[in-house]
Amino acid sequence: MTNTTTPYAIELRDISKRFGAVQANKDICLQVPKGTIHGIIGENGAGKSTLMSIIYGFYEADSGHIEVDGEIVNIRNSQEAIKAGIGMVHQHFMLVENFTVLENVILGAEGGAVLRKGIHDARTELTRLAKEYSLDIDVDMVVEDLPVGLQQRVEILKALYRGARILILDEPTGVLTPQEADHLFRILYSLKEQGVTVLLITHKLREILASTDNVSVMRQGEMVAHRETAQTNKEELAELMVGKKVRLTVNKGDATPGDTLLSAKNVSQFDAQGVKRLKNVSLELRSGEILGIAGVSGNGQSELLNVLSGITEMSEGEIHFAGATINANSPKNASQMRDMKMAHVPEDRHKMGLVTGFEAYEAAVLGYHNSDVYNGKVFMHRKVMVDECKDRMAAWDVRPPNPHLKTANFSGGNQQKIVIAREVEQNPDVLLIGQPTRGVDIGAIENIHEQIVSLRDTGKAILLVSVELDEIMALSDRILVMFDGAVVGELDAKDANERVLGLMMANAYSDDEQGESA
Amino acid sequence: MYDTLIQMLDATMRVSTPLILAALAGLYSERAGIVDISLEGKILGSAFAAAAASAVFGSAWVGLIFGIMASVMLALIHGFACITHRGDHIVSGVAINTIVAGMTVTLGLHWFNLGGQTPALTGNERFLDITLPFAHAMQNVPVIGQIYTHLLSGHNILVYLAFFMVPVTYWVIYKTRFGLRLRAVGENPQAVDTAGISVTWIRYRAVIVCGILCGVAGAYLSTAHNAGFLKDMSAGKGYMALAALIFGKWRPVPVMFACLLFGFLDAVAVRLQGFVIPGLGEVPVQAIESLPYVLTVLLLAGFIGKAIGPKAVGRPYVKERA
Repeated sequence: MTNTTTPYAIELRDISKRFGAVQANKDICLQVPKGTIHGIIGENGAGKSTLMSIIYGFYEADSGHIEVDGEIVNIRNSQEAIKAGIGMVHQHFMLVENFTVLENVILGAEGGAVLRKGIHDARTELTRLAKEYSLDIDVDMVVEDLPVGLQQRVEILKALYRGARILILDEPTGVLTPQEADHLFRILYSLKEQGVTVLLITHKLREILASTDNVSVMRQGEMVAHRETAQTNKEELAELMVGKKVRLTVNKGDATPGDTLLSAKNVSQFDAQGVKRLKNVSLELRSGEILGIAGVSGNGQSELLNVLSGITEMSEGEIHFAGATINANSPKNASQMRDMKMAHVPEDRHKMGLVTGFEAYEAAVLGYHNSDVYNGKVFMHRKVMVDECKDRMAAWDVRPPNPHLKTANFSGGNQQKIVIAREVEQNPDVLLIGQPTRGVDIGAIENIHEQIVSLRDTGKAILLVSVELDEIMALSDRILVMFDGAVVGELDAKDANERVLGLMMANAYSDDEQGESA
Repeated sequence: MYDTLIQMLDATMRVSTPLILAALAGLYSERAGIVDISLEGKILGSAFAAAAASAVFGSAWVGLIFGIMASVMLALIHGFACITHRGDHIVSGVAINTIVAGMTVTLGLHWFNLGGQTPALTGNERFLDITLPFAHAMQNVPVIGQIYTHLLSGHNILVYLAFFMVPVTYWVIYKTRFGLRLRAVGENPQAVDTAGISVTWIRYRAVIVCGILCGVAGAYLSTAHNAGFLKDMSAGKGYMALAALIFGKWRPVPVMFACLLFGFLDAVAVRLQGFVIPGLGEVPVQAIESLPYVLTVLLLAGFIGKAIGPKAVGRPYVKERA
């Protein structure tokens, strides 16, 4: 089967693919040497996933061809890709959750109309594969009971069981804990040792540098560079991805904090099960400063944002804001808080920030839709909303600048700009902003960061919640660290470094190291 | 008392038969992700086609074939709307039910001029009861004899077929390649697609199996249980089968028991006609007849735990655009 005259496991020649007006892939060429780990890196929307979908037969290319082991293959559907020895681990696992591992693995490769024999053979084969590639797993477990890392292993086993010699992994570490990710890379190394060729799609530079032999960079549907991983570095790759020099820090002057605009005293919140999610949090937010809330995801940051913005009521404690005292007995809801000039960019723009089925101009008034500006006696002023949206799109460089496009069809960064523009343009006194750059391209991140800083410079008070340490350190003037629902540390941004923050986030920062008793 | 019980159980089997067939039909369809509220229409359509064909050709078997063909055709229409054109499953189902309810009567009037009915079927135009071997000899054996002779023996072939289909369905769903793919396609069609299997083809096959079983159920109603087609003779059996399907959590054996329970309540309802509760007066038949539905709601509301259907049920499959 293997043609030894070519050193390449897979070669793409001039692959192009167009979706309507969007050229998703343009004249893509790629050569992947056998038995290597090859990284493909690019921003969201650079065309990586489309390219992989073409290789795996989900889409047909408009032009160009694919060679596997030096022979041209015609891949029109997944079945033909599998036949050509290509396996794929999708970003969102393609598993039937209430099936066992075994059932998932044999689906589509059952080996006969009756399952008995197929299941028996698969069990033997899986035990062998598991041993060979150190992919330990209980094949009789139901998939939904497995942790994500193991579910991914099932996907890998599925591909290997079908005889894959080329394995494509699409953003494999997005859902994994660091430990699970480490384990995944160990598995990939052992696959490589067994002669499997691995294609790793990611936008994480660190992973590319740590694990690949070669790397190809995609930008706006084109393959812009091929490098040997050993011959390149983070800066070069980042630059190739974005197409211009990336500033990894934000230019900002010193903060000049003014009056306290919002203060919280011993705020606690219990969830529906009676678990205390927020524990006696006190904080002061002053005008002209950015207060960063650092912490590992799920340590009360979301609850804090929800309580401050009025989405959930607090159980204990009180908040002073705009001359009002808010507590459990006299709560204010999110819309009342908005009226008091507090704006909120929620952490999850899809769930809370936008209605993805709305056109952009509609999404751009959410939360302020009752404003007199947008409303007549009976009907809403459509033209006012559309025109305003157009202006904002121009001001915030939202692409494409089309107020009638459904918000779902904008890229993550542009969706986020729509949300941030909506909140900021209301000229609030206090801005709560959660994960401002989650799922946002590097280029747009820079833009969003600049906007946040310039807002601070006009004297607004900004509370920034982010799980990205880089972001917290780059933007904040003051940093609070949360752990298990409580604030466990506060420090000036100038004194912050990754080590100290990391220790605080793990609640492992001792008083001695802190140099003062807390 | 024992005789009464045997009689009631006997009636239960007869009444449950179309429910079991229809519920299994629904099971194939819904396990593959196609909501099928048109079980009702398919039963009715098949009942009419079977009775009409049987009256014309003088054979219940020919009737059965026509019944199945009519039902499969309706199933394919449902499939065409839901699978190929990704339409709303409920809308398509309701449309089929409505069309069939009107069309059967209209065609019946046009062809037979009997006020929408088909001619009364006699002899070989119906499926006749079968006496199992040794039924007479066993008659006098205590307890077992009664059960064998009066409960197990003396049904028509379709009754036996319905009960036989329960283990067959179990085997198909859980032990065959088709069953594995069918279940997968109802849970996560994308997983099936990426495994290199056609989602469309699996769903069409499921819908066809559903049509065949509904066809048998319909033919049973008009050519076995009754002797001819009557307007709206399915009388909500398709909906009741759907309730049984949910009640049995989309699993063949529990679904059969749910159908038997509903059938039993029906048999009780017949028995209780005119029954007087001292102090309260006569029990309204409607109260008894509504029991299956009331029971389903109550049990689903809290006694049998969550009934979680196939995850992708009712959702058309569209290949994701990256």
